[in-house]
Amino acid sequence: MSNWALILSCGIITYLTRFTMIALVKKEMFSDRIREVLSFVPSAIFPAIIFPAIFINDLGSFQLENNPKIIAAIIATAIGIFTRSIIATIFSGLASYWFLIFAI
Amino acid sequence: MNSKFKIFLKGIIDVSPLMIPVVPFGLIFGVLAIDVGFTPLQAMGMSLIVFGGASQIVLLQLFSGGASSLVIISSVGAVNSRHLLYGAVVSEHLSDLKLIWKIIISYFLIDQAFAISNEYFKKNKERNRYFHLVGGGAACWIIWQSTTLLGIILGSAIPEKLGLSFAVPLTFLALLVNDFRKFTNLVVIIVSGSVATLGYNFIPFKAYVIVAALAGLLTAIVLTKTIKTK
Repeated sequence: MSNWALILSCGIITYLTRFTMIALVKKEMFSDRIREVLSFVPSAIFPAIIFPAIFINDLGSFQLENNPKIIAAIIATAIGIFTRSIIATIFSGLASYWFLIFAI
Repeated sequence: MNSKFKIFLKGIIDVSPLMIPVVPFGLIFGVLAIDVGFTPLQAMGMSLIVFGGASQIVLLQLFSGGASSLVIISSVGAVNSRHLLYGAVVSEHLSDLKLIWKIIISYFLIDQAFAISNEYFKKNKERNRYFHLVGGGAACWIIWQSTTLLGIILGSAIPEKLGLSFAVPLTFLALLVNDFRKFTNLVVIIVSGSVATLGYNFIPFKAYVIVAALAGLLTAIVLTKTIKTK
């Protein structure tokens, strides 16, 4: 598949996730139970991106020792929980990562 | 000034505090898109056509890992499935609109605009209230497109040694900071992350994102059920 076909397909599926419910569904069709489960979607999907990006190195193998990304991610998480700020989380993580790879 | 424009402006003003985190997101997307091999035009096209930050970064991540198109498209769909919930929630406020307006508004139904307009809809029942969602969505649209463009331009100037790809897990981590405080969410996060990491090399077609997400959702279904029946 060409890059443009891929982009277009992703665009169509994304648009459909937005349009379908607005066009077809009344609020009552969504039970509280379904709404509760859907509220866990971010917690279920984002770690699948986060964890491998931290624990799997460029060669594709699991790396627990000498891995500055783990320490930086722990610092970012702590700062994030403490400040609840998206920007503080991203920048504290990047700053500690740069400190670990350049200064030590 | 007519009321439609006033409500539209109110949407822009209400959404503006939520705009700040969009800036680094857009920059990172623009930089990485070029880094993993998309042309500047394709990177810009992605922001214009998809217009969904998290899913666009997932797309890049899987693309650079060599995932198949089918896996990339279904992962993007999975990440964006939360919009189904947003649509269902706002649909009662939009049910009187003509189809053409529903088609236009759907394009702007994004996290930030939903968050602020849903609050607005709860308190305001005027006939033109949907302009609030259009205002919030349009403001996000401008920020997202301009930061993407800036990222594309800066991309070539940023050295690879900086390891900016690490910004990807950090940006997603940042979106979960409130969820880390809740026990059920924390368990779901650990289950999903562990399945993805352990399955990274074993689950075929780079489908680890989908498998891990399903494992996480299943955990959420079981946990919320057992907590309630207790």
